[in-house]
Amino acid sequence: MSVLKFTREQFENFVSAMVKSGQSVMAPQAKNGRFAFGPLQSAADLRLDYDVTILPPKKYVLPQTQTLLEFEVGGAFRSVDSSQPMILLGVHPYDVAAISQMDELFSQDQYDKHYMDRRCKMTIVALDVVTPSENVFASSMGTATVRKGYDLLLTVLKDGSVLAEAATEKGQQLLKLAGSSTPASEADLSARKAIWESNEKNLDKHVLKCKPSYLPKLLDHSYEHAVWEEMARLCYSCGSCNQVCPTCYCFDVQDFVNWDLKTGRRQRCWDGCLLENFATVAGNHNFRKDRAARYRHRLYRKGKYVPGKIGGQIACVGCGRCITACTAKIANPVEVYNRLMEDTELG
Amino acid sequence: MCECCNNHKNDIYLPQLATITKRRMLNGTELYLHLEMDSGKDLEYSPGQFVEVSVAGIGEGPISISSSPTQKGLELVIRNVGSLTRVIHKLEVGGKLGIRGPYGSTYPVEQAKGKDLVFICGGIGLVPQRSFIRYALDHRNDYGKIIVLIGTKCYTMRLFREEIALWQQRKDMTVMETIDEAHDCWDGNVGVVTTLIPKIESDLPSSLVMICGPPVMYKFVLMALAEAEVPEDRIYVNLERRMKCGVGKCGHCQINEKYVCQEGPVFRYSDLALVPEAI
Repeated sequence: MSVLKFTREQFENFVSAMVKSGQSVMAPQAKNGRFAFGPLQSAADLRLDYDVTILPPKKYVLPQTQTLLEFEVGGAFRSVDSSQPMILLGVHPYDVAAISQMDELFSQDQYDKHYMDRRCKMTIVALDVVTPSENVFASSMGTATVRKGYDLLLTVLKDGSVLAEAATEKGQQLLKLAGSSTPASEADLSARKAIWESNEKNLDKHVLKCKPSYLPKLLDHSYEHAVWEEMARLCYSCGSCNQVCPTCYCFDVQDFVNWDLKTGRRQRCWDGCLLENFATVAGNHNFRKDRAARYRHRLYRKGKYVPGKIGGQIACVGCGRCITACTAKIANPVEVYNRLMEDTELG
Repeated sequence: MCECCNNHKNDIYLPQLATITKRRMLNGTELYLHLEMDSGKDLEYSPGQFVEVSVAGIGEGPISISSSPTQKGLELVIRNVGSLTRVIHKLEVGGKLGIRGPYGSTYPVEQAKGKDLVFICGGIGLVPQRSFIRYALDHRNDYGKIIVLIGTKCYTMRLFREEIALWQQRKDMTVMETIDEAHDCWDGNVGVVTTLIPKIESDLPSSLVMICGPPVMYKFVLMALAEAEVPEDRIYVNLERRMKCGVGKCGHCQINEKYVCQEGPVFRYSDLALVPEAI
């Protein structure tokens, strides 16, 4: 599909048109010295130069709390549809990759309509990274750029102009909101290619010493490695690594009774496998009581278990959020996997 | 709405209502319930599967099915152990529960045909095993010997006493019971369930052995079966985990890469060789 070029001003007009379109627009904005996705009120608040957001945009496909059902206390249940049209604007490639993985997980086997209804009504506008974050390692994970999983892809050129290429019908529809633009020139396309090549190399604050596709095999031989105990000794079991992870999707389900004491709602909320009682059953038997076992479980999920469900894609996209969020400084997957690489002889 | 949404209108989290038609306490903590679906249609399930049981306003939890698909209605046995089950225990006949499912894997009812069946049950492990036991009794000619070993912590906690007494009177099955601690009213075996294994009068290595009990029990039973040279692919374990969603999404029931709600709760033991979290 053709690539359009917007001057900075033309692009702001396009964003303003999105804001006025009636769909909610969620986009990265400055927040206390960092960045966060939130409802965009004005095009001027959009930060195309953000490095990474505190929480990934998964909070829109799988909200922190989401009502699944409503009920009469002690009685019948009714399914609730909380989906509404939404534009997710300015999603970095690693987060696009994460959402694509989640799409597969929630649609396979048993179709989760609460996730998929939201997802289907969403237009994803991807954005090539302008400013690498302090802990990004997307270059190592093959997620520094993406070619699928979005509806429209934006690339900011050095002079501040923005290239836009639709990948889907939804992306084409969104472009109809845009006012004036010009077709991108050969030189613009070369500049975009140079940005892709640069990002594929330079989003590398940590470097994995093997191909990501090698991780399942590596983990096959690392279950009893000393690193799990060593790292977990410092773990607070706070679950921050889970909460900020764009590919973590485990959830709990709870009932809440409304003030009338007659009706209520069943909600799901984010959970985390590092939290102490994640695997505890009624009667207080905890099937993953050991901190090191929980620590190991997360890195096995990323490198082996979830890949087994989604055709081998590694469930770590290299955003580096867990590294930043972990107060004990033990969450870096690259550090652990590299350590295993050094110590493991594979035939 | 896009095409994929239109094709999937079912909500996998939506329970169907069922009505309690019978209830009685089996001991101090275990409540037996007989349920009928309000839709009038019996659930279609196989022995070994579980359902997600809801009380609107309290929550939802996985409960093994104790009845056999050969009988009408759904039987559950629920231990009073948490916030949800405490409320379920207060429900009377006519009370409503939400039911989702059935979910999970089943006992090898087909592959087991023609073979001797040995059931090793510890405590409420008898509850899901009873589904296959009753199924096998209802298809008695399809199976070889039926041998049931039941271990219970103490005399007062024994489950399904009348039913076990009826089983013991049958000529076409063998039931052996033991309790962990001696009791004035008990003159049967005393000791853990593994002490009954040497008493089995069947060619154990060619039988199919089904195990269900508290987490601590599996290791010892499996050791005893290894000693008796039962091949691992003839042993089935029924594992409990926190099957919160029942549909392979929420992550709580995972044992290594396996989701117990989908690949379990009944596993062939030989399939768990590389699953260190299982036993």
